[in-house]
Amino acid sequence: MARKITYQQAINEALDQEMQRDSTVIVMGEDVVGGAGTDGEMDAWGGVLGVTKGLYAKHGNRIMDTPITESAFIGAAVGAATCGLRPVAELMFVDFMGVCFDQIFNQAAKFRYMFGGRAETPVVIRCMIGAGFRAAAQHSQCLYPVFTHIPGLKCVVPTTPYDVKGLLIEAIRDNDPVMFFEHKLLYTLEGEVPEEPYTIPFGEAEVVREGDDVTIVTLGRMVHMATEAADALSKDGVACEVIDLRTTSPLDEDTVLESVENTGRLVVVDEASPRCNMATDIAALAAERAFDSLKAPIKQVTPPHVPVPFSDDLEDLYIPNADQIAAAVREVVS
Amino acid sequence: MSAKIYTFTMPKWGLSMKEGKVAGWLAEEDAPVEVGAELVEVETEKINGAVEATATGVLRRQVAAAGDVLPVGGLLAVIAPADVSDADIDAFVNEFQANFVPPTDDEEAAGSATQTVDVSGYAIRYLQHGDGDDVAVLIHGFGGDLDGWLFNHEALAAQCTVYALDLPGHGGSTKDVGDGSLGTMAGVVNDFLAMLDVPKAHLVGHSMGGAVALELARQQVDRVQSLTLIASAGLGTEIDGEYIDGFVGADRRKELKPHLQKLFADPKLVTRQLIDDLLKYKRLDGVKNSLRTIADTFCPGGTQSSVLRDTLSELSIPVSVIWGGRDQILPAAHAEGLPSNVQTHVFPDAGHMVYMEAAADVNRTILSFWG
Repeated sequence: MARKITYQQAINEALDQEMQRDSTVIVMGEDVVGGAGTDGEMDAWGGVLGVTKGLYAKHGNRIMDTPITESAFIGAAVGAATCGLRPVAELMFVDFMGVCFDQIFNQAAKFRYMFGGRAETPVVIRCMIGAGFRAAAQHSQCLYPVFTHIPGLKCVVPTTPYDVKGLLIEAIRDNDPVMFFEHKLLYTLEGEVPEEPYTIPFGEAEVVREGDDVTIVTLGRMVHMATEAADALSKDGVACEVIDLRTTSPLDEDTVLESVENTGRLVVVDEASPRCNMATDIAALAAERAFDSLKAPIKQVTPPHVPVPFSDDLEDLYIPNADQIAAAVREVVS
Repeated sequence: MSAKIYTFTMPKWGLSMKEGKVAGWLAEEDAPVEVGAELVEVETEKINGAVEATATGVLRRQVAAAGDVLPVGGLLAVIAPADVSDADIDAFVNEFQANFVPPTDDEEAAGSATQTVDVSGYAIRYLQHGDGDDVAVLIHGFGGDLDGWLFNHEALAAQCTVYALDLPGHGGSTKDVGDGSLGTMAGVVNDFLAMLDVPKAHLVGHSMGGAVALELARQQVDRVQSLTLIASAGLGTEIDGEYIDGFVGADRRKELKPHLQKLFADPKLVTRQLIDDLLKYKRLDGVKNSLRTIADTFCPGGTQSSVLRDTLSELSIPVSVIWGGRDQILPAAHAEGLPSNVQTHVFPDAGHMVYMEAAADVNRTILSFWG
């Protein structure tokens, strides 16, 4: 039965239920047991924002704190995955991923291909993304486009409590490396989530809202901004179709193209830096494959090409908002 | 204020409905209307349908216009005799609107909450409406659940205490289906009645649920007051096996949608929300296996394994068979040539989900059959 829980609780429940179901599932990362500011593992606080709280008490040594060396524990997780475990490694902020690119890009992503399909790497790497947390340039990026670029990695950017649970369980059961990007400002978002375990297949976008005038393609926290814009626009008689990509690899091209063929207008909204992000990717897809359907130029709504500012006021200006999305929609429908 | 003035309000279709949108009026203002006449089309997130007049008189005032969104219980219109003055109608509307409070989440939860009980080791979810002396049990079909009776449950509760339940493997009930046979499911319904201390009940079954009801009547006829079989399985060997396989196998919206569209004469009734709700159910761990187990015993190789047609003539209880003439899953021909003790009603423009597509007709048929 479904009941309301937060995005953060939904992640915890997915980890808990999969650890219960399958003894090869382990969780590892910095402070995932004890947490900052606590006296030790028995005082489990569960990660920097408490997402894994309580798992140590239930699953003991299958949830383990690692040293602050991302390169080492991500490498260990990848290696363990090739040897029969299903590790879920938490790397706290995606911004720190740079120190373990080789383990992810050149090892985990390549094994299946370079060993002729004989090696599988069922590892999940969870991390937080996104601006708005007053955490400045090194803790606020949306780096999923970097990983989407690499063949061999699956990339998931969940938007709702329902999606985050189903997609995380799917990620843990998947036999390929999965990058799992959680927007830190969504952790407190509440929504209906079934108590039972369930999965959501990768590569199926969610049409959050149907409309015939313009297609808004987006993902992550921006889905909520786009929905807010669509609500405002509906009062002016503009019907927006809002598509949440949910996974960037694999990408549900059909849902995007079918919608653009119907509406003839496309606005793409992405919180990632504007060069080579999901907005440019989706814009290129539509320009190449649905050009004849387009009645107006494609618009992209993204932050500017600068690091996320430290100043509160500047950070607020940096993040795309519902007004900007609505303005872009008005431009293409005018 | 005249007691002859009646409100006509936004209905509540199913557990999750909080509001509905007026799609369009089917009756003009000042037109005479009778109880049961379809007055207005309403759209909800899940489903669209017509709302019937609950009083006889003149449709004096359309309070809501096409496009308006009203909470459940909100005033759609006022029905009153022609001789009531406009001033009285105005006063009635004003008073209603001044006192109307939309139901809060808490009240709603209290008013129509499902319960889950242990029935011989199976956790069974059910929903009760009404409190009449007679008892009726609504049994959904393959892949369905109790929410499918959203247009029927309250209407039928006018005459009975009506329970709708989720069969094992379905809705909010256990995913454990045992051997998945009709006999097992009939046993669960029987034990459910025993648990509620109900000696005898009217059974209403749709599709596979019809075969479950029929099987229970075969096993324990003294438990059954009457049988209403809606587009029922168990009356012939033919079934659209492709539908069953497709429904069980589909993991994605695009795969599932064409199968669901076969359920209705009007495929537009398959809304995005309907598909989403079914996907949410089908994606739960264990559901696919449960459905497969049931399908493998119920219609192996695309043919119904249990034909209980002969049972009908042996039954000493009233039996009514209802079908949609455009059923693509189970042929309406199965309603033909039944023993003379069986009442048969075929609604030509409805599909397999006849109790949704022709809800008002089906409700009336069942209520008059129960007498």
